[in-house]
Amino acid sequence: MCNGTCTSDTDNIYQPHLARIVRRLPQIKDHRLFQLRLEDSEIRQNFSYRPGQFVELSIIGTGEAPISISSSPTRSGVIELCVRRIGRMTEALFRLPLNSLVGVRGPYGNGFPLEQMRGNNLLIVAGGLGMAPLRSLLWYALDNRSLFKEVILMFGAKVAEEMLFKYELLTLLDRTDMRCLLTVDKDEEGTWPAQVGVVTKLFDLFEVDPKITYAAVCGPPIMYKFVSKKLLEKKFSKDRILMSLERKMKCGVGKCGHCMIGYKYTCIDGPIFTYWDAINLPEMI
Amino acid sequence: MQIVKLPKQNLDKFIKSLSKFGQIYAPIKKDANTSLFSKIEDSSQIDLGYNRTLLPPKKYLLPPIDSMFRFSAEAGYEEVEHGVDEKSILFGVHSCDIHGLRILDLVFSGRYVDNHYFTGRKNTSIIGLSCIPDDMCFCRSMGTDFVENGFDLFLSDIDQSYLVRIATSLGDDMVRASQSLFKEVGKEEIEKHKKKSNEMQKHFKTDIELYNLPEIMDLEYESKTWEEIGEKCLSCGSCSMVCPTCYCYDVFDELSLDGKTGERKTRWDSCLFEDYALVAGGTNFRSERSARVKNRYFHKHRGFVAQYGKPSCVGCGRCIQSCPAKINVVEVITKIRSDAYV
Repeated sequence: MCNGTCTSDTDNIYQPHLARIVRRLPQIKDHRLFQLRLEDSEIRQNFSYRPGQFVELSIIGTGEAPISISSSPTRSGVIELCVRRIGRMTEALFRLPLNSLVGVRGPYGNGFPLEQMRGNNLLIVAGGLGMAPLRSLLWYALDNRSLFKEVILMFGAKVAEEMLFKYELLTLLDRTDMRCLLTVDKDEEGTWPAQVGVVTKLFDLFEVDPKITYAAVCGPPIMYKFVSKKLLEKKFSKDRILMSLERKMKCGVGKCGHCMIGYKYTCIDGPIFTYWDAINLPEMI
Repeated sequence: MQIVKLPKQNLDKFIKSLSKFGQIYAPIKKDANTSLFSKIEDSSQIDLGYNRTLLPPKKYLLPPIDSMFRFSAEAGYEEVEHGVDEKSILFGVHSCDIHGLRILDLVFSGRYVDNHYFTGRKNTSIIGLSCIPDDMCFCRSMGTDFVENGFDLFLSDIDQSYLVRIATSLGDDMVRASQSLFKEVGKEEIEKHKKKSNEMQKHFKTDIELYNLPEIMDLEYESKTWEEIGEKCLSCGSCSMVCPTCYCYDVFDELSLDGKTGERKTRWDSCLFEDYALVAGGTNFRSERSARVKNRYFHKHRGFVAQYGKPSCVGCGRCIQSCPAKINVVEVITKIRSDAYV
């Protein structure tokens, strides 16, 4: 896969391209959506990716971290990264003023197997920050609506204040060409306009034919267990359950060893794994 | 392959003649028990009777700390001049270590090619040397006691002379540059070499059984043995540092004092270090020492086999020699194998 960043004999695969922070959109507490624009026009035009891939984001003088891409490749020009302020690198990123330059290299990882998924129903199951990579797939599917049969989004957050992309997703409630199921664990004020309860409860609200459906799952570790159990009950075969699983992806190119699980590197063999892969790799879920 | 003979009395002259092909690095004796690969200024320093060097020659191709590129607030990211264009010669490399470099080649090639590594590799010629195994060597088990490529020249000791295998055009240039030092090889020397190779086999005291080991590793994934080793292991990472095939590295940004410029660097890392799989937010995917030990063995003898078709261990014995807790890879694998047959 050459994405305009593929290497020639003399290229340094670790050297980032400069990108400018053109917008910083506050999300929930400690989460922001950063819009980045690659400085070099040729690199910018050639930068293509698939939902589920990630980039290595560098802050000059601080370091580098893997961040999944939240924007859809159908909307070119900027790359959107949804970041939680959680470590040294992201702390530095949140302090950077608008228009600052950062470094980007990638995209890396396998991304979702779109060629296989086409023509099927798409069931997106997200929990918490798991919406960050799945948002790319969601908009890819909605922008290429004819590529998929039914599109269903199931997304759960603890409370409404912690739902990522809340306002954007609430607008999907009115769409007739998809089902948008947004749930919060608790709604003490009784103002949440959609479902209440854990994300697995949403499975009772619809029927899909598991033979022509791909489920794409991303969320906190505990969620994989419950969601995969539900999907198996619904007779999904294990290779139709796709999970975005991440580890410490430091180099992004399968060299530094940190994201190794069993005999797979999450950075090049993943981060999208089938449930079958996941249960056959030690330590995976 | 072309083969010539180098009488031992001509060795010193030959080494001197090599200096026009690049800077020579060869084993020297640091003290009674320690040998090192070192930059050679004077050929009399070289000690060709060494068993194993403290660090394998990977230290030249994958330096313990290395620069990836420079950065500055104004210019962004820019390539550094590495000096890897200088030619060098690794002289006296044992067969296991040549295999070790070839394993590193596998890792740094593939879909994403680390050109920095390969520039260094292309500019480094390898002159191999035969050896006599000691009680920690298990290269025979790993199939690395002989090597058929990955060197320019290979010197095999046949008592009064070295039998020299010429594997590359560069190796041929080296021989031709001091042609008068070399003699033709006769049938007698070939026989002598074969005899020597057979004799070498008698020195092996250590073997492990590789047959169906990946399968056994899977079967013994939950074995208590991993916890026992985890109890002994100090997580010091010595085994990784001295391993010719361990390649894991950490990445860090080093700022200069003005705070405006700096370099991104790599530094050897070890999967045994506590923070190896620690991510921002505090999740550690391998916080248990036993999980880290198991991961190391799994990667070498199960994962790497699945990925590249052979284990990433060359049987050099360095990890056995360097482990302060006396964990011995041969014993661990034997134990795991016996666990499977209980």
